[in-house]
Amino acid sequence: MHIMSIPSALIWAVWLLPLGAFALISPLIRPFPGKAEPASFISIGAVGISFALSLWILASVLQAPDRQIILHGADWLSISGGPVFNFGLLIDPLSAVMLSVVTSVSLMVQVYSRAYMHSDPSYLRYFALISLFTAAMLGLIVSSNLLSTFAFWELVGLSSYLLIGFWFHRPSAVAAAKKAFLVTRIGDVGFLAALLVLYTKTGTLDITALNSPGVLSAISGGVLTWAALGLFLGAMGKSGQFPLHVWLPDAMEGPTPVSALIHAATMVAAGVFLVARMYPLFQAAPHALTVVAIVGAFSAVFAATMGLVMKDIKRVLAYSTISQLGLMMLGIATGGVWVGIFYLFNHAFFKSLLFLGAGSVNHATGTFDLREMGGLRKKIPWTFAFFVLAAVSLSGIWPLAGFFSKEGVLAAALDKQPVLFGFALLTTFLTAFYIFRVVFLVFFGDYRGSHGPHESSRIMLVPMGLLAVPAVASGWLNANGGFEHFLGDGATHGFWSGFIGALAHPLALFSLLAALLGVFSAYTLYIKRWISPDKVKWFLRSPYAIFTRKYGMDELYENIIARNALYRGVFQAADWTDRVVIGGASAGIASLTTGAGRVLRRFQTGQIQLYAVAAVLGMTAIVLIALVRG
Amino acid sequence: MTAGLNNYLVLSAVLFSIGLYGALSRKNAVVVLMCVEIMLNAANLSLVAFSRFVTPVALSGQTVAIFSITAAAAEVAVGLAVVIALYRQRGTVDVNDINLLKW
Amino acid sequence: MNSHLLSLIIFLPLAGALLIGTYPRIPAGVVKYAALAFTLSVLALSVILLFRFDRQANGMQFQEIYSWIPALAAYYRLGIDGISLPLVALTSLLSVVAVLMSWKVENRTREFFIWLLVLESSVLGVFCALDLLLFFIFWEVEVVPVYFLISIWGSGDRRHSATKYVLFTLLGSALMLAGIVSLYYSTGSLDMVAIAGSGAAIAQTLLPAVPIFFLLLAGFAVKLPVVPFHSWQPDAYTDAPAAVTVMLAGSLAKMGGYGMIRLCVSIFPEVARRYAPIMLALAVIGIIYGAAIAFRQTNLKRLIAYSSISHMGFVLLGIFALSQTSLVGASLQMVSHGLITALLFCTASIIMDTTGENDIRRLGGLARQMPSTATFFMLAGLGALGLPSTSGFAAEFTTFLGSYSSSEVAGIKVFVLVALLGVLLAAAYVLWTIQRVLFGPVLPVFNDSRDADMRQKTYCGLFVILIFFVGLYPMAVVSIVQNSTAGVIKLLGG
Repeated sequence: MHIMSIPSALIWAVWLLPLGAFALISPLIRPFPGKAEPASFISIGAVGISFALSLWILASVLQAPDRQIILHGADWLSISGGPVFNFGLLIDPLSAVMLSVVTSVSLMVQVYSRAYMHSDPSYLRYFALISLFTAAMLGLIVSSNLLSTFAFWELVGLSSYLLIGFWFHRPSAVAAAKKAFLVTRIGDVGFLAALLVLYTKTGTLDITALNSPGVLSAISGGVLTWAALGLFLGAMGKSGQFPLHVWLPDAMEGPTPVSALIHAATMVAAGVFLVARMYPLFQAAPHALTVVAIVGAFSAVFAATMGLVMKDIKRVLAYSTISQLGLMMLGIATGGVWVGIFYLFNHAFFKSLLFLGAGSVNHATGTFDLREMGGLRKKIPWTFAFFVLAAVSLSGIWPLAGFFSKEGVLAAALDKQPVLFGFALLTTFLTAFYIFRVVFLVFFGDYRGSHGPHESSRIMLVPMGLLAVPAVASGWLNANGGFEHFLGDGATHGFWSGFIGALAHPLALFSLLAALLGVFSAYTLYIKRWISPDKVKWFLRSPYAIFTRKYGMDELYENIIARNALYRGVFQAADWTDRVVIGGASAGIASLTTGAGRVLRRFQTGQIQLYAVAAVLGMTAIVLIALVRG
Repeated sequence: MTAGLNNYLVLSAVLFSIGLYGALSRKNAVVVLMCVEIMLNAANLSLVAFSRFVTPVALSGQTVAIFSITAAAAEVAVGLAVVIALYRQRGTVDVNDINLLKW
Repeated sequence: MNSHLLSLIIFLPLAGALLIGTYPRIPAGVVKYAALAFTLSVLALSVILLFRFDRQANGMQFQEIYSWIPALAAYYRLGIDGISLPLVALTSLLSVVAVLMSWKVENRTREFFIWLLVLESSVLGVFCALDLLLFFIFWEVEVVPVYFLISIWGSGDRRHSATKYVLFTLLGSALMLAGIVSLYYSTGSLDMVAIAGSGAAIAQTLLPAVPIFFLLLAGFAVKLPVVPFHSWQPDAYTDAPAAVTVMLAGSLAKMGGYGMIRLCVSIFPEVARRYAPIMLALAVIGIIYGAAIAFRQTNLKRLIAYSSISHMGFVLLGIFALSQTSLVGASLQMVSHGLITALLFCTASIIMDTTGENDIRRLGGLARQMPSTATFFMLAGLGALGLPSTSGFAAEFTTFLGSYSSSEVAGIKVFVLVALLGVLLAAAYVLWTIQRVLFGPVLPVFNDSRDADMRQKTYCGLFVILIFFVGLYPMAVVSIVQNSTAGVIKLLGG
């Protein structure tokens, strides 16, 4: 089947449309804050068209020569005798896949939001910001220059800031928004430093050029490693990898659909995308790639342990996201682009479905607290069904999507980093456990809340249902290595042997066993209560305490570093220096001057004759000196 | 014996010193003013004397002296007016009491 | 070549001041409009200048040369190049805004606007003068109006701040005068461009080049300000009336950066290169130090003042990195900082005027009560933290890139990497300020706060447009600047 290749104007339109929606809606915010509900159609329409265009792009890119479409745009900066930066678009299978993920999830989330945010007084601002976010995210994906990637990267951070702090009258939301921006900005400093290094060494920031072997070989190994690590620092910030993960759980203060879109499927995946985008560069710096693998694997286990004990459904999902992103990093580092991106692709659907499910549960019960739920299976059956599907998929149980992507990561890790494979396998177990803990606590047992639960409206259920399809089935795309081949990694791994054949591999049995063990443990604890969770809690009280306190990381950042070391330490010292030392010096000079004046003015007696005597004496002295010296 | 340049200059110096001494030591503002006039006239005298003996043809020294006398007259007028104003204001012309221009 | 555009631009505000001054019966209401008319016409002329400026040409344009004091070889010599033109335009824009911001001045209205116009004239003169003596005169004249503007219409400890400003500035300019005089005796010329071009200053000088360089630098370092010569700045910015703060931060501070490029670097390239590490160290210290202290401030204006110290550190960094890109970056940063800081001070003054509160700890929740002002404040803050698409990012990134890749100064990479932290700190204090002032629960105390009115929205909106215009299309400024900075780099022999 031959599809007409997409005109380049329409490729630009993919990200300009949501931007246009933002530009159209934002002037309306003030006059019609909550009333103009139809305005949300602008936003939804824009992203809908973008979604359609993304699919077209996906089809076109297959037929393009070298599977690449490069569009040159305007020069953002061109200094004579200095750098030239062109803002252009780079469409290849990687960005095409990302485009469809982002536009589809964004479309579903926006439709869902129409109901979820229905009664919010800032309805329009919400849609304006979602459009801004979508535009920035799409721009990040398609830009052909690392500088514009960075620019959109920051704009994505900004829209995340604005959406986390959407309810800005809540101090906790504003604090979380600020934290998110600042922690990711720590990473961005690394990103920026990497840009400086790369530009200085190569004279370009064009992605295609930077990834070409000729350019890469011009950079010495050490520098390249540092540059790659700088980029990865940026990726760590955005993707919430240890130790920059602290912002993501707090980011759950934002509206739930925002968490589904930004903090599950798209923005947090930008870090993974960046590593994938610059994969040849990382490949040329194997040490950096090892760091990526280690950080990813560690974050995966680290976050999963905290997910075990959270009492807020969204926080469990947040830690789950960190953990899953860690696996993606591990996958890219050990298996290459397709492993990580395939994981990202599947994860985007089932994780955003989980978040939308959590939102639906919240709609029903008015809370996110697991302790006030229970038994909702009967009350909200559709939400239950979708949530469980997504949970099974997340747990990586055959034949749902999560299984296939997880197998990719496990196989790659086993191949390259056997120790980290252990981490990944442990994560599989933990993931299944915590997500089924949520499922059991929310949907089984007796209802423990006081709210009268009711099923959500159809506007919310339909997008969830549509997301459930890929959450179940997106993994099948690679059952025979199709996805892998599409991303252009060349030969398929021997591991893949079809939809059912994948099961025959011993590795698959291992991972399935781990996942099922996780589900079973949760079942034991929370349904059958063969062992009381409290007893386990008491038995494992010290790890439990560490997990609930989030390993003290928040304490470390907020209290020890920000509040004490910086605000009461370094900043206070600087302030003291300024007031006492520098201010004191200028005041000291001033008072020295006035003091001298206070003494010297005594000579000014006002007696005119005294002055005259002094003048005469002075003149005599001058004359005498002149005479003596001849 | 006709008087030479030196005699004039000595006279001028004596006059100047008398005036200076008076200006520095007398307490009465009017007397101080008079002493200043004596100093001025000493200067005029030496101007005329120099002119007479150094450039007998040109009358430049005499001309300057006339200007100087005119200026002195104006100065005395202003000075006396200040003294009178001071007297009206403060009831004294003692220069020791007039010391407002200090710190 | 002898169009009188520059003379007109410089002296039009002065003429306005004279007009207002000589007709004492003009009512206050009319005075405002007269001042607005004069500043607006200067702005219009600057815009003409922007369009008629030949971006391809090298060297000075719109030159005017008349013999002034032949005995001193002093000329009335004006001219602008790509480095000064953006600053002229910025100054004339900020003057219009300063007049608009002072619409509500009740106390001695006439005098206020007279001084404001005199200030505009002198600053424009500094940017246009090409003769050292003329330059110095304009430089000195500026002190007078600022002194009166702060000490009469200021707030807080205004006389103290005004005096401090005058003393610091005069100390700097006294040293600068010594430098100018030595330069004059060494070269026999007062022509800034010719001295720089001839390289004579290095050849045979009365004083060695190094002391002259530092004497000149002293004046500029105080004005920029460079840490540790900055202690006048927070006081002056805080206590000056809002319009004057905008002028001080937006326009007058740039005189320092401009002077450094025009005199220090252009005339003494060798010395500049030799002492660049010291200046870079001061720049980085300023960036971090200003940001660190900003965290501790409770007065909104004072916080912006310290952030300004931090941002002017980038200018210093760009100048003494001595590369084409870094100089372009420094010029961009001067324009960008002018716009962003002006907007920050504008919105801060709107907030402080209507709430009657300048203590950040007691403000809060204003985003609900004054949404437009809050939006403007946020946008300015985003510019200050260097968000891409604002001019702040374009300027800072260009500066970083130019500095990092500069081959002129050894060890510059370390300086730049430390300076990058300034961007992080800026984000932290800006967002923290936004959090404390605009967000959080609505405070009933401020229920009758009025949002920005039409006049305020107009000039704030104008700033926002310009900030984003320069950020999205930095070539608008770069194309003006680049040939002139290339000329400076050529003097370096690089």
